This record gives sequence, C-alpha cells and structure tokens, in this order.
Amino acid sequence: MSYLPEGLPAPSAGADGLSTPYWEGTRREKLLIQFCRGCSHWQWGPEWICHRCNSFDLDWREVEGRGVIYSYQRIWHPVHPALNGHGPYIAALVELPAAGNVRMVGNLLGDPKQDVPIGGSVEAVFEHHDSAAPPFTLVHWRLI
Amino acid sequence: MAERTLRGQAVIAGIGETPYYKYGQSPDSEFKLALRAILAAAKDAGIDPKDIDGFASYSNDRNDPSRLAAALGTKELRFSNMQWGGGGGGVAAAVGNAAAAVTTGMANCVVAFRALAQGQFARFGRGTGAPLASGDDAFTIPYGVMSPAQKFVMKVVRFMHDHGVKQEALRAISLASYHHAQNNPRAVMHGRPLDEAKYDASRWIVEPFHLFDCCLENDGAAAVIIMPADRAKDLPHKPSYLLSAAGGSDHRCAAPIHNGPNYPSSHFATVAPNLYAMAKLGPKDIDVVQCYENFTGGVLMSLVEHGFCAPEEANDLLRLENLIAPTGKMPLNTSGGNLAECYMHGLELVNEAVRQIRGVSVNQASKNDAVIVIGGPMVTPVSSLILGSEATL
Ligand SMILES: [Zn+2]
Repeated sequence: MSYLPEGLPAPSAGADGLSTPYWEGTRREKLLIQFCRGCSHWQWGPEWICHRCNSFDLDWREVEGRGVIYSYQRIWHPVHPALNGHGPYIAALVELPAAGNVRMVGNLLGDPKQDVPIGGSVEAVFEHHDSAAPPFTLVHWRLI
Repeated sequence: MAERTLRGQAVIAGIGETPYYKYGQSPDSEFKLALRAILAAAKDAGIDPKDIDGFASYSNDRNDPSRLAAALGTKELRFSNMQWGGGGGGVAAAVGNAAAAVTTGMANCVVAFRALAQGQFARFGRGTGAPLASGDDAFTIPYGVMSPAQKFVMKVVRFMHDHGVKQEALRAISLASYHHAQNNPRAVMHGRPLDEAKYDASRWIVEPFHLFDCCLENDGAAAVIIMPADRAKDLPHKPSYLLSAAGGSDHRCAAPIHNGPNYPSSHFATVAPNLYAMAKLGPKDIDVVQCYENFTGGVLMSLVEHGFCAPEEANDLLRLENLIAPTGKMPLNTSGGNLAECYMHGLELVNEAVRQIRGVSVNQASKNDAVIVIGGPMVTPVSSLILGSEATL
C-alpha cells in the first residue's frame, strides 16, 4: 500500500534523460546522487554541469539512505483529484550528511498528524509501484 | 563616468485598473481587461493612449505588446519587454524596466501592466492534470508537493523554527490586509471583515498557512504609465518618482529540488541592499510598505530581508496595531493587497503606492514621502521598488 493514493503523476526522467540514472537506481533500492569527478563534490538536484568547477564530468554514486529533517510540511488542502478526501499528509525536506548535505523531498511515513522534529534522523524507504506503466519507485523517509 | 542610477529619473504618471472580480467572473476577455486598464492609466496621466510607445510586463503575461499596439492605434512602438519569472516576482522589475527605457531614451511613455482572467485560462492554485511529472517536477509532484503553497511553505516552516516566529505574526499580516480592504470599495473582500477568531477557526491549507494566509485568485487588470521625470510638471497629479528598482536573487537560488543555499528566505537577501543603495534611503526612511502576499509567510521573510525588523523582532513588529493606517508605525498593504483587494500579481500594490504618495488612499498614511513595493517573494527572480515624492529627491 502506497503512502499517498494512486493516481498522482508518476515520475519521469523526461525527454533529455538527465535524471534517468537516479530513477533506475531507485528501482534497485539504491540512492544515486551526482558526484563531480572534476572537483570531488556532490551535487543535487541533477544538472548537466558541476556548479562549482563547471566540469561536465559528472558521475552517479550511491549514497547511504540516511538523512536529517531540514524542514517539512503538513498538507491538508488537496490540489489534485487523487488526493480528494485523503486527509493530511507530510512531505519532508531531508538533508543527506553523507553527500554534502544535499536535500531531497519525500513523504514522511507514519502518523500524518505526528509532531515532526526538525533535525530528526530519518532513513530512506523505497516504495515500489510495480504495476504502474512503466513501473517506478518513490523514496520516502521514516524517523529512526 | 556619471553615476548609473534610475533615482529620480522617471515618474509614474498615471495609474489604472479594471473592476476586480473573483476568478472566472470577469464579463470581459483578458485582452479587453488589459485594454481597459491601460486606457484608465492613460486618462489618469492626462495623455493620449496612442502616445504610449512601450509595453512592459512579467509572469508571461499573455497580452502581447504588438497586439496591444495595433488594437490601441499606437503611433510608434519602441519598447516591448517581458521580465522572466513567474508569479508576481517581476512586478517591480517591470516598472523598473519601463523606467530604464524612458530614462535612456529608448522610449518616451511606457505602460507596465498585468492582466489576468483565470476563468479563460488555468488557475494557479491547482495541481497538474498530466499523468507524468518530468524533470525537476518528478522529484516533488509524486509526493504531493505541487501547488505554490506547497512549493514555498517549507521555507517558512524552517524560518519560523529558526527564529521562534509565532503563528500570531502571520495572522497579523492577514488581518491588516482585511482591515484595510473594508475601507476600499475596489476590494474583492470589501464587506467581508476578518477577525482573530475567524482566522483561527479557518481551515488549514498547509501548516502554518490557514485559508486566510493565502492570496486570492482573481480576474482583472492594472496598469501604470511611466514617463521621464522632466515631464512631471505637465502631469495632472502629484508625481511619484521612482527612487530605485532592483531585481534578481542570491547565489544558486534556483538550485533544483529545494537545494538553494539560502533556503529559509524570500530571496531578497541580495536584492534589498541594491534597492536601498540606489534609493539612497534605508528601511527607517520608508513611510508605507506594500508587500506582496502570495502567502503571509513570504511577507514575514520579505520584511526581514528588507530590514524592517530582525528575525527575532518579528513577533513584536507584526501586530495589527503596528500595521494599519493611519496610526500604525509601519502601515502595510493599505489597499488590502493580494489577500483582500485583488490578486493582480502585485500591480495593485504599485497603484496603491502611488495613491499613498498622492495622499488619496482610502487608508491614507500620515507620512507618505517614501513608499516601498516589495514584489512576489520566494520565486526567482524577485524584485522591489521605492517611490518617493518630490521632497525625497
Ligand atoms: Zn566540480
């Protein structure tokens, strides 16, 4: 059972393929982040060039799915038909200390009315949508 | 080399707007709304609308300058300008671009305008109907993060957490707009007062935004005529001089998926110092504040980044009694703004700033020589401007 109801737009790497390695990684429960071979820094979100050294030589490297809640939101008002009548849900902005504190957005699993601790430690949870066409995997977070 | 500045070089010669409607309720097409607002501004400036020779707008306004020029019978089109970026981030920049054109001789009479008829086009506050989310959207929309409120609120949550800002500060911003709207017959929320209890009881949109922390969605149009300052003596109204305009955003503000380095921000950290430097004024010199409310939390951070208080002072400054004209020490959004007058992407705030300078606002401030307009926050680029009376030159 998925955290949010079925029917929301599914993620797509898009026509230019910039984020294809990330989405392929999630299918294998691996969190892949851009890493610049030019200056040895992490970069997120994905871009064609390193913003530090302007190298195009960007690799995709696996990072441990551990993070820290940087901010969050508890959403009540549905703005998509799939969410009508669903009730509140939480989205979290999570920093990854193992990847230069880049931030990722995901849902925070558990009670949607829970108190959310900014600074709290979380781990990644891969949510597979195997019956979608094409299949995809979302990355959520859970307090540890 | 001469000082490079817009200070005192251009005036807002005329202002105009259509009636403001709830979204979808305009009897006129969006293009007709734009024409009506431009004609009203030209009349206010005492000029022949055919003498307008430039058009400036923002937020991908759909009303093309060439069509406007053909429709109006413009004698000669010399300047057509679109400020990049969405929402109301470009409202002050559009005025600044128009002023730059008339200051440098690229044009003589430029109208900055915005027209919206969301009944004919898509609404802003709804999510996507598409089956796929691609590019940067793929990292947020499948998690239910898609509306403007949802895109911006985590900045506000972190800012309030870092500085101990209370819900009551956001509430005061909302109450001030509704308070002022009750004296403003143009306001969509005229006759719809708001008090603390009604605010507190209103539903959450996304915490900490109640319903009344969120802007309206409206139909209408507004326009301002910008001319060189040497024309000021010919104008029917007291001129409002542009003292400065600034736009932009700080380092890597738009880093994808919420990765901007200065995250808990309205994005004016670098813009506001440029604004004050050109105006040769500081926040203590500003008499009236018009500050774009897409959401009250954006106003909070915009006011801090424009130096009206330190983050830790926000709970003290943002009390209703401080924010209302004529008695408050910092009259804020004196027409009702985006929350209660009309969501005209902030151009209604420029019109109100001019009314304050002229001394004809329905909520006239007692001091009115310098008025700031802070455009839509938390987008990029953002922009703000300062208007001054002749006494400030
Ligand atoms: Zn690099």
